This record gives sequence, structure tokens and C-alpha cells, in this order.
Amino acid sequence: MIWVINGICSFIASAMFGIIFNSPRNRLLHCGFVGLVGWLAFLAARDLFLGGDAVKASFIGAFAVAVVAHLFAKRYRTPMIIFSVAGIIPLVPGGTAYNAMRNVMETHYDVATVHAMEAFMISGSIAMGLVFAEVIIQLVFKNKRRTA
Amino acid sequence: MIIDSTEELAVDCCLLAGRLMMEAGAETYRVDDTMARMAACQGLAGADSFTTSTGIIFSPGGNRHVKLASIRKRATDLEKIARVNAVSRGLSAGEMTLEAAYQELKRIERGDFMFPFWLQLLAAAVASGSFLILFGGHWLDIPAAFVAGGLGFFVSETFHEKTRVKFFSEFTASAVVGLLSLAAVRTGLGGQLDLIIIAAVMPLVPGLLITNAVRDLMAGHFMAGTAKGAEAFLTAFAIGAGIALVLSFRGVA
Repeated sequence: MIWVINGICSFIASAMFGIIFNSPRNRLLHCGFVGLVGWLAFLAARDLFLGGDAVKASFIGAFAVAVVAHLFAKRYRTPMIIFSVAGIIPLVPGGTAYNAMRNVMETHYDVATVHAMEAFMISGSIAMGLVFAEVIIQLVFKNKRRTA
Repeated sequence: MIIDSTEELAVDCCLLAGRLMMEAGAETYRVDDTMARMAACQGLAGADSFTTSTGIIFSPGGNRHVKLASIRKRATDLEKIARVNAVSRGLSAGEMTLEAAYQELKRIERGDFMFPFWLQLLAAAVASGSFLILFGGHWLDIPAAFVAGGLGFFVSETFHEKTRVKFFSEFTASAVVGLLSLAAVRTGLGGQLDLIIIAAVMPLVPGLLITNAVRDLMAGHFMAGTAKGAEAFLTAFAIGAGIALVLSFRGVA
């Protein structure tokens, strides 16, 4: 049940971000789908395989987002960014960054540093996920073209 | 030096396409790539460009004039990127004449493809509501996140239009989000202050900037990458400062 709710909410959130970022109208559902895949991949990785490690899970989520976005981009011949931007939003470590700041305000600097480092690591792993997926996809497509 | 009008038009066409994409928030390497493709299909041998997030320098090669376009406004408009991309594809594939492509680009420049503002507002509010659930919040807090997220987005957009200072508008918007969430919790309309604030602040997060900054850095565009990174950091800092302001008063009030 929790998976269904999460899926629906991530779909809605990403599609809504498609509206905020002014995606082409007939691609909004695709934006939502990319967000859904990314979030569920993140959640599955974090809770089922990695035992709550959000840093590695973010890498997997971002990787999934980039792969699906790239496939859509190839299929509809539009820039990949249209699909990936809205999909990446749910993965952004807003909560961790908030906790870091809140602890700074409460002068718990030691706790704040831990949260800030985690937010930094999560952003880094999202970036790594995006780039790795892109590079790997490019290698795959290049090989296909060569053999074809 | 003789420059015929077709060549002049081709150069203008490349530069206009580049400027439109950059203003709409495309990645720098894509802008470079698009301009190079358009130049190549128009027979501008040796064309080269230097793109940053504040300006584009385009050299058509040979002894033709170098042209420059400055980028003064930056927004996120994915529809515009898609349209310019379609024009560039059409031109490169020979399905579109140079004249038609230029007219189409001019039309894109003038056109306003944004969703109506009320719809964006609604989208921001609904997105905040769904983020609350994603982050593990309680169903009963959804109205608070909905209102705070929508109003935060509204303040951010209207202040940005009025003052043109991005930092200020984001700071005010996140302070408003913080105040509304605090008010909701105080009056008993909301339960978990932290989660409401996090969810309602999400529409302000510079998601496009962060992704673009990283991808530009990885593509070797260090100038544009660091510039966008700085912009993203400033935005994040503004949001953080706005929330921090409210939180610091929480103990007093």
C-alpha cells in the first residue's frame, strides 16, 4: 500500500513540476512517469537493499531517472532535459538540508555538520547518477550503431 | 570583405537560437552543439562559439564578423527549448529553409508559451501537498502544506517580477512559507512543523540549476558550470536564510 501511495504522490509531484517548469503540454505525463520511476527506485534501494542509506540510494534513483529520461528523449526526439529535470526534484535532499539549518539555528553545530555533510553527499551522488547513466547510455548506443 | 545577406541571416539565426535556448535554461553544451549543427548545415565552415550563462560569442569562421548576444533574463521554460530544438533539427535535416527557420525562431522569441499563472500556482500547491506524503507526513497536514507551498510560490514569482532581485524574492518567499507553517502549527491546523516547511519549500528549490550546473561541469564547461553552481548556491542560501529567520523567532514568540 505504501508503495502505491508513494508512486501516486511522486507521479503527481513530478507532473506538477512539469507545469512549473513549463514542459510541453503533451509531455507532462511522461515527466510524471520519470519522477515515479526515480522515486520508487530510490525508495526500493534505500529500504530494501541498502538499509536506509540515502546516499547510495540517491545514486540509484538518479541513475533510473536519467535512463528513463534518455529513452523518452530518443523516442520523442526532444532534449533529455525536459524529462530529467522534473524527475530529479523528489530526490533533492530538501529535508536533510533543512535539518542541517535547523540545528545550526539551535546551535547544535555537531548535529548540523552531520546533516550538512549528508545533504552534500546526496547532491553529489545524484549528480554522479545522472552523469554515469548518460555516459553508459552513450556507450551502448555507439556500440549499437557500430554493429548495425 | 563581402558578406551576402544569406550568410548574415544564417549567423543571426544561429545566434538567436542559442540565445533563446540559454534564456530558457538549456545546458550550455547543448546550446553550443545546436549552434554548431546549424552553422555546419548552413555552410559556415570553421564556426565556433563561446557560451556562458550571461552571454554568447559566436564566430562564424573565415573573415566574417564575430557576433555577440548577451543573456539578461533567465527562466525555466522547457517548452521553448523543445521548440528551438525542433527548428534546429528541421533546418539540419533540410526540411526547413533558412528563411522559414528564422521566422519560426522570431515567433518563438515573441511567443509566450508559459502555462497560465494560476495553473502554475495550483501546481506548486499540489506538488507541496504530495511532497508532504513523500517525506512521510500525515494526511491531516496536507492543507497546511498546500496553502504554504502555493503562497510561497506566489510571493516568489510576484516579488521577482516587481524587484528583479532573485535573492530577495526567494528569501521573502521562504520566510512566508516558514511563517505560514508556524501559524498553522500554532493554530492546530498542522501537526509536524518540519515536514510542512520542507514540503512547502520544495517548489522554490533550484532543481534545474543544480542539474545543469553539474552536467555543464562534467561536459567541461567550467565557466558556465561554476556560474550556474553559484546561482544555485545563492538560491539555496536565500531559502535557508528565510526559513532560519522564522525558526530563530520561534523560540521567542
